[in-house]
Amino acid sequence: MARLPHAGHYFTRYIDGLLLCGILLLMATGLITLFSATDANSARVTSQAINMLVALSVMWLVANIPLEHIMRIALPLYAAGLFLLLCVALFGEVNNGARRWLNLGVTRIQPSELMKIAVPLMMAWYFDKHETTLRLRDYGVATLLLLAPVLLILRQPDLGTALLIASSGFYVLFFSGLSWRIMAAVAIAGGASLPLLWSMMHDYQRKRVMTLLDPTQDALGAGYHTIQSTIAIGSGGVLGKGWQQGTQTHLAFLPERSTDFIFAVFSEEFGLLGNLLLLLLYLALIARGMVIAANASTQFTRLIAASITLTFFTYIFVNIGMVIGILPVVGVPLPLISYGGTSMVTMLLGFGILMSIQTHPKLVKT
Amino acid sequence: MNHRIELRSYSRELHNFRLRLAISAGFMLLLFLLLFARFFYLQVSQRDHYHTLAEANRISIAPIVPNRGLIFDRNGVVLAHNYSAYTLEIVPSRIGNLERLINELTTVVEISARDRKRFKKLMEENRRFESLPIRTRLSDVEVARFAANRYRFPGVEIKARPFRQYPKGEFASHVVGYIGRINDKDLERLEADSELANYRGSQHMGKIGIEQSYERELHGITGIEEMETDAGGRAIRVISRTPPIAGRNLKLSLDFKLQEVAEKAFGDRRGALVAIEPATGDVLAFVSRPGFDPNLFVDGIDTENWELLNNSIDRPLNNRALRGVYPPGSTFKPFMALAGLELKKRWPGSAISDPGYFSLPGSTHRFRDWKAGGHGLVDLHKSLVISCDTYYYSLAHDLGIDNIYNFTSQFGLGKKTGIDIEGEAAGLLPSQEWKMQRHKQNWFAGDTISVGIGQGYNLTTPLQLAFATAVLAGNGAAFRPHLVKQVLDSNNRIVREFGTSPLYRLKLDPANLKAVHNALVDVTRPGGTAAVAGAGAAYTFAGKTGTAQVVGVKQGEKYEESKLDERHRDHALFISYAPAENPKIALSVLVENGGHGGSAAAPIARVVMDYYLLGKLPKEAAARPVDQVDEEEDEEHQQNREDGHG
Repeated sequence: MARLPHAGHYFTRYIDGLLLCGILLLMATGLITLFSATDANSARVTSQAINMLVALSVMWLVANIPLEHIMRIALPLYAAGLFLLLCVALFGEVNNGARRWLNLGVTRIQPSELMKIAVPLMMAWYFDKHETTLRLRDYGVATLLLLAPVLLILRQPDLGTALLIASSGFYVLFFSGLSWRIMAAVAIAGGASLPLLWSMMHDYQRKRVMTLLDPTQDALGAGYHTIQSTIAIGSGGVLGKGWQQGTQTHLAFLPERSTDFIFAVFSEEFGLLGNLLLLLLYLALIARGMVIAANASTQFTRLIAASITLTFFTYIFVNIGMVIGILPVVGVPLPLISYGGTSMVTMLLGFGILMSIQTHPKLVKT
Repeated sequence: MNHRIELRSYSRELHNFRLRLAISAGFMLLLFLLLFARFFYLQVSQRDHYHTLAEANRISIAPIVPNRGLIFDRNGVVLAHNYSAYTLEIVPSRIGNLERLINELTTVVEISARDRKRFKKLMEENRRFESLPIRTRLSDVEVARFAANRYRFPGVEIKARPFRQYPKGEFASHVVGYIGRINDKDLERLEADSELANYRGSQHMGKIGIEQSYERELHGITGIEEMETDAGGRAIRVISRTPPIAGRNLKLSLDFKLQEVAEKAFGDRRGALVAIEPATGDVLAFVSRPGFDPNLFVDGIDTENWELLNNSIDRPLNNRALRGVYPPGSTFKPFMALAGLELKKRWPGSAISDPGYFSLPGSTHRFRDWKAGGHGLVDLHKSLVISCDTYYYSLAHDLGIDNIYNFTSQFGLGKKTGIDIEGEAAGLLPSQEWKMQRHKQNWFAGDTISVGIGQGYNLTTPLQLAFATAVLAGNGAAFRPHLVKQVLDSNNRIVREFGTSPLYRLKLDPANLKAVHNALVDVTRPGGTAAVAGAGAAYTFAGKTGTAQVVGVKQGEKYEESKLDERHRDHALFISYAPAENPKIALSVLVENGGHGGSAAAPIARVVMDYYLLGKLPKEAAARPVDQVDEEEDEEHQQNREDGHG
């Protein structure tokens, strides 16, 4: 910090340099890949760059807010999100067979996106409040706080978002010290209730699971995405086919190639080596998040930092896992790379919080 | 105290938290390693496999179907040609609920019940991954409407396809034949002939007639286009291209105008007519009535029309000229007469006395003449002019079956002529050998007698009879009858030509030939059996009438036409050539259940001769105006059908 010029100090005061560095590198990678994925569509790339600038501004703003303030909005934010989710369930717009959007007249919003940040905030807030008297009952309440939005989102149906929110909530539970025995018990109960879950799933969700087990079963239908993306990645080889040289990409064999399946484009063109570098870049960001979490001074900040970091990892793993055919196809973007403004903002909002945790004076309870 | 407890609790909690962080860090590392392992598997171990798959995705080899050759008559009248039209095609294997899809399609383009039925039949005949037309001949408006709604119908595409059309409809349908969709059986045959590669992309091939027999010439050679495509199969860029070679055009020996005159002369009667140019073997007219509209078959015929054609008692799909076998009846007599002269069993001057029947020595069985009481004194000339049976009974007896067989078979009777369309029947010229083989019986003297008047075991096709007549008219020169005169390349340069040299020439005594020719000319003159048909002919019109029994008449009974069911009446036959001195045309006419050759068949021959030799079109009355109107209406229906439905 001291080395930075004085004039920029105001702007960079609450910015974590390492995180920013990693984020910018990933964003650059994202733009380069998007340029190729959209067949040099500069309009799409520009629009994504604007998304990124907006998201970076949001990050900067959030990073400047002390955590005490953020903590204060946790409850109202969560309550508003839950209310909006109920509105979606009642009056939401149906799009592609799913009810996810709420039309506010001026703009359409997707409240589930808001809950990605509101749920862990709310749960961390709750645990922080009951820090000294933490009992089993509190875990029950926190679980309810988590399940309410998750079930509403599952009903839309939006498996990907529900999964991400559930995991972000689970991370809060986990880091707040939920006993291993309970987790084991829940895992066993969960395993036992799988058949029940199967019966509650929508046809398309079941199909996705079935397709994961054997993508060739429905090669022109549900398995098409996975087959084409694995062909793209596999044919990329160690060094890749080179930027803008991916045949799968440029001949439009790859579906969703600028959004959820952008990793296949990246991987086809940059190969195993590119994949390795990308994973290392992500790993660096995750590692920084872990360090921030480890050094966080309050229960709330610790839980939030750890949850955000692990959720970030979850995005990466689920997205890449689906593209390379080891996880079912669920709508999860590749963080900082996939095209799309909302998820970019959500993501950087999280990084803003991490920065705020790291850079604001710590209130050590000693 | 309180403070200390909190502090301890805090540090323990922090320790726990950090422990869990470390555990989760390890867990994440492990999962990242899993991802990397999968990358390694895909991009290193299986790289070649996926590379191949990616290439297969990218390059598609598309056949370019050559234009099918045209078919026209000897004067250039087009009988089969191509035009391009849009079809709406469905790949059934890509469709979940076909019924629903078609119902939805109906909201965009019109799909009639007929189209549905035809599509159903196509589905049964073809494999599910083939692109099958649900609608053909889409209008521009329909194409535009579908294009706008295309996203709603994956697996349904508009394609520009060449179509075969037979502008003359029913006329000459049995000659030209038709093409139809390639079915499994065709594929097997193509594979056996190692022609399959050339048919990649072809959807149709000749099924019958010239279209079938000259399939190799007409089809052409398929070109190849190597293309880079996207996942939707849409071509992005052509990598290489081998242009197709268009099929060859066929110039028929057929004179379409003559064909039309001949077909119209039949009216609604069933029958056949084959006219041959004796000096070349050119088939000038080749009629089998009733005909059918070959256009119905091109896109796959619908069940309704198929059943109509297939189950009709008139059997319009049966090529009578080629495959119909009939006893030649008295048309056999000129050949018998010539045999008698050539083998020196008869002389033009010698006569027999005809009591109205013939009996073998030592037998009471009477082979009756058609005229009870007989014709009196009959010489060779008179025997042909009045068609005396008794004369030929005794001649047959004198010749014996072996001589009859050996001599008349030289005129091609009882064997295939080798005409250039498939499915020809051989007919039957009986011999001792044949009877032994077929009936395991010895030949009896009595068998020979009825052979003499063409009524025994004899069976001929109208084509065969026309060929024999042409050989007789040509004084023994035998040319293989052929419907195709020239095979032309796409620039109409001659590639092959037919009818330039005879198959063989019979050595016949000109005096004997003259005797027969003279008698046959008198057949169409006053006193002859075809005098009415020959009245006022401006050329020497040689002919011989014939009648072929459909049901046998018992000994002592009389054949009475009026008492018989129409379908059991005799077939009327007539063979003819003209001008007798230098015949330009020889023909045979058959009218099924027509009764007498002289009254039913000979007038048709006259109409054909008059047109061919004099350019005279039949008078309305002669051409049976009622029938003509019918036919014109048919044509109109057909036109409507073609325009409206497609």
